[in-house]
Amino acid sequence: MQDAISIKNLYKVYEGGTVALKKVSLSVAAGDFFALLGPNGAGKTTIISILAGLTNKTSGEASVFGASIDTETEKAKTYIGLVPQEFNFNIFEKVIDIVVTQAGYYGIPRSIALKDAEPILIELGLWEKRNEAARTLSGGMKRRLMIARALIHHPKLLILDEPTAGVDVELRRSMWDFLRTMNANGTTIVLTTHYLEEAEQLCRNVAIINRGEIIVNESVAGLRARSGDKKLEDIFVELIEKQ
Amino acid sequence: MTPKGIAVAYYTIVRKEIIRMMRIWSQTFLPSVITMSLYYIVFGSFIGSQIASINGFSYIQFIVPGLVMMAVITNSYSNVVSAFFGAKFQRNLEEIMVSPTPNWVVVLGFVSGGVFRGLVIGVLVLLTSLFFTHLAIFSFSILVAAVVLTSVLFSLAGLLNGMFAKTFDGVSIVPVFVLTPLTYLGGVFYSIHRLPPLWQTISLFNPILYMVNAFRYGFLGVSDVSIFISFSLLVGLTILLSIIILYLFKTGAGLKS
Repeated sequence: MQDAISIKNLYKVYEGGTVALKKVSLSVAAGDFFALLGPNGAGKTTIISILAGLTNKTSGEASVFGASIDTETEKAKTYIGLVPQEFNFNIFEKVIDIVVTQAGYYGIPRSIALKDAEPILIELGLWEKRNEAARTLSGGMKRRLMIARALIHHPKLLILDEPTAGVDVELRRSMWDFLRTMNANGTTIVLTTHYLEEAEQLCRNVAIINRGEIIVNESVAGLRARSGDKKLEDIFVELIEKQ
Repeated sequence: MTPKGIAVAYYTIVRKEIIRMMRIWSQTFLPSVITMSLYYIVFGSFIGSQIASINGFSYIQFIVPGLVMMAVITNSYSNVVSAFFGAKFQRNLEEIMVSPTPNWVVVLGFVSGGVFRGLVIGVLVLLTSLFFTHLAIFSFSILVAAVVLTSVLFSLAGLLNGMFAKTFDGVSIVPVFVLTPLTYLGGVFYSIHRLPPLWQTISLFNPILYMVNAFRYGFLGVSDVSIFISFSLLVGLTILLSIIILYLFKTGAGLKS
């Protein structure tokens, strides 16, 4: 099966000399629910930003469903739906406008986008708020708005960078259900999170990155079995402390 | 993207821009009309009545094209620089950057927003001038070409400023310390032929002089400089800035880390 993400020797040095990624290689199979874990500053967001076209890589190769981010940039971007870590929509715009405008950037006409937005906003519990400015939404609703915006062009790959940060338990669980359904319907999902229980509950495969290097890349079940059925959180802490 | 998809993406950027400027119309459209009305009253009516005619035209008739152009230049520039920097500052520029919209469409979209605001204000300022004087049109095509090209050029310049600005100070430095002096010294209020020879020569290095005079030529049929040089400069600078900006978008300079 074709890989959803294929990264080879990805290297990134930021201005000032900080090496964020040290020749990282990683594959995520199509249809996978994949966790990319690591402490703060490990390089998770840098990988995501490079794939999404927000950060330039220093060297290496990356492709999304076979489309190179260098030579088939537009195609690669079409496959990705990105839910970033921080709120980055215009808080003065209405919920519906944020979602429909995003569709426009993917070439989807407004009339179609308005129809497509309805089921997504209903599913995410935002339909009643569609005509309200984004600034009036609660933190949890803003997170869901970013998911709705990322889904409006029906991406094959959904990347979520800490989507449940600051979200209460009830809402987090409802988001888990939503993401499980998305994955069951064929969307490949890559998740970064600091809630390791979340990764354990949702993801089939996991990569742990620390100081710009992948230190683990295998199935969650395999990793747990190899570690004497310890919780992912305990395994994670041990691995990071060893480094 | 397909041609239809590109058209949709372009329409989306322009629509968003126009809605934004309409929402804050008292900040985007009104100030220039009020400021230019004051210029018409003070310089045109009060002081202008005591000034001899220039090239056979009353002083207010002479300054109207320059004042319109001044409004077009400052508004085209400030619209794009503030819209682009605002989107960068709030990080909602990322919405476009993660999408497959080609760079040239993004540039065209933001520039179109600047041109829209510049031209709407140009028309409003021109209509306001009719309360103070009457205007003849010498060449409609020349005045339209001059104002559209100038608006495009300064929208591009605003975009370049917005790309590299890191703070709100970075947004205001160029308009305050570069654009305003060049505009005031660009022949808006006087013919350079009335200046001492040294200042005439210095004025010829001010690009805004050529734009103001091209536009004035469209109305009055008189110009301090060659119209051919004016349009060559406008077209040349527009092409140069377009190439620079597209290159910077491609490399991600000022946009990506």
